[in-house]
Amino acid sequence: MGFAGIAVGAAMAGLRPVCEFMTFNFSMQAIDQVINSAAKSCYMSAGSISVPIVFRGPNGASAGVAAQHSQCFAAWYGHCPGLKVVSPWSAEDAKGLLKSSIRDDNPVVMLESELLYGVPFEMSEQAQSKDFVIPIGKAKIERPGTHVTLVAHSRPVGHCMEAATVLSKEGVECEVINLRTIRPMDIETVEASVVKTNHLVTVEGGWPQFGVGAEICARIMEGPAFNYLDAPAVRVTGADVPMPYAKILEDNSIPQVKDIVFAVKKALNI
Amino acid sequence: MVASRNYGDFASEATFDIKPCDLHRLEKGPGTTAVMTREEGLQYYKTMQTIRRMELKSDQLYKQKIIRGFCHLYDGQEACCVGIEAAIKPTDHVITAYRAHGFTYTRGVSVREILAELTGRKGGCAKGKGGSMHMYTKNFYGGNGIVGAQGQIFETYNMAALWKLPCIFVCENNRYGMGTSVERAAASTDYYKRGYFIPGLRVDGMDILCVREAVKFAAEYCRSGNGPLVMELQTYRYHGHSMSDPGISYRTREEIQEVRSKSDPITLLKDRMVNNNLASVEELKEIDVAVRKEIEEAAQFATTDPEPPLEELGHHIYFNEPPFEVRGPNQWIKYKSVS
Repeated sequence: MGFAGIAVGAAMAGLRPVCEFMTFNFSMQAIDQVINSAAKSCYMSAGSISVPIVFRGPNGASAGVAAQHSQCFAAWYGHCPGLKVVSPWSAEDAKGLLKSSIRDDNPVVMLESELLYGVPFEMSEQAQSKDFVIPIGKAKIERPGTHVTLVAHSRPVGHCMEAATVLSKEGVECEVINLRTIRPMDIETVEASVVKTNHLVTVEGGWPQFGVGAEICARIMEGPAFNYLDAPAVRVTGADVPMPYAKILEDNSIPQVKDIVFAVKKALNI
Repeated sequence: MVASRNYGDFASEATFDIKPCDLHRLEKGPGTTAVMTREEGLQYYKTMQTIRRMELKSDQLYKQKIIRGFCHLYDGQEACCVGIEAAIKPTDHVITAYRAHGFTYTRGVSVREILAELTGRKGGCAKGKGGSMHMYTKNFYGGNGIVGAQGQIFETYNMAALWKLPCIFVCENNRYGMGTSVERAAASTDYYKRGYFIPGLRVDGMDILCVREAVKFAAEYCRSGNGPLVMELQTYRYHGHSMSDPGISYRTREEIQEVRSKSDPITLLKDRMVNNNLASVEELKEIDVAVRKEIEEAAQFATTDPEPPLEELGHHIYFNEPPFEVRGPNQWIKYKSVS
């Protein structure tokens, strides 16, 4: 709470601070500063106060760190107007989104993944350039496909890519969308994809109730893509339990490639 | 193996000088002598040695990747939890942060159950669901991930003082907060004064008798209706903050060695007992052998016990609730939740 408050004050006074939480689990101690001091100030002051701050840190499950250190906060922060929330997967996501977040004049929560810190990714020449930015609020189609739309953010994007490879061998071509931003969500990219594929599977690490997938499904129902669905949308999520410690329990509490493959087959009725 | 001396050869008790405590808002503090019986000494020795060897075994198992996730070891600080337990009752309530294995043991959980919890097996004290930081038993509330070194502690001091709650706030000052020395992190390192209007004591946390006498004094004070006390135990941890911290980037090997050779709590106790005819070197060695054996057997159990069954993944979400269904990674995977 203390240092988060110092950072928010600095942002209000004209600096562009980046406030790092050791993990977002610890942000619960400081959440009043993130929401009530940072997110709402521009609105409450009718635009005279701006809080150009970035809160960043690892989010979600790691390996064996148990219940108090494994929660995904995408749904909690994504719920709040006044905040922007980004969730990088690849190296270029991490770089481009962090730069955009710092340059944005609004409070941005950047949900990273501890397990992805050590994973290497290809980076294009363009991505390696000094001012490479990725716009906040725009999803990326990581893999085009025709039979089903897979939408994910953060580490599960990688699982979707693996599932797509497995399914491709069986003749099912998945379109994998990397959301990149949770709020404001690029539902248009998802809608365009569903119009094309007629099937939707959402994948996230967080708990199912009131999660990112639930929001995507609700918005699809509200929009033009609903009429193009040939089957109900399917959500793949973390299990609805506090994260257990024992390896066998932990492995079954997070979405795995096999869960995604299973969900696709259910959606396609194969 | 038989000790080469009769037990009748030993003194039944001895009196020891202990360091006086620094006092904050207290007219007088614990005394500067402590009486320890032979039985007490042997028990303290065995308990501290058990914790020491249990932590070293945990280090080994972690490096073999049999223990995963977080692991914050207590070796060096044994006199704290053993001294505290020696001065309180089993019906008193204790809560601590993540460096919890020592307290879990002194509060009554067996080494077997502690190690099996660290290895994530069903024989663990939390059935493998909690891990290193989340161990509990009667009148022991864990084992918690977050630290008290934040604003909440001051709110708590206020309420405890206002309501005169019989509560001892113990700070195990091991000189470092993760990788930051106390001088770099704290505007005042006199933690025993940080309760401000709450009286405080600063205690030599490497001397089990000093800890015991201070806690006896504090418990008496609190039970008499005087309200809370803050107690700072000056102690040291040999390992880094956790197993992912080698512990030498922010302090020197020489410093660690110096503490080990001059202030090790187990060695201090051993020397006192031997020099005052409370025990023989051989007798203490026998205890070492017995402790080693207990730890080995516990480790054997902890590495062979099966993991908790998958069917129990959903159990214990709520307390005292009729069974319900828990959603897994998709809507077709369901687990039963039983309280």
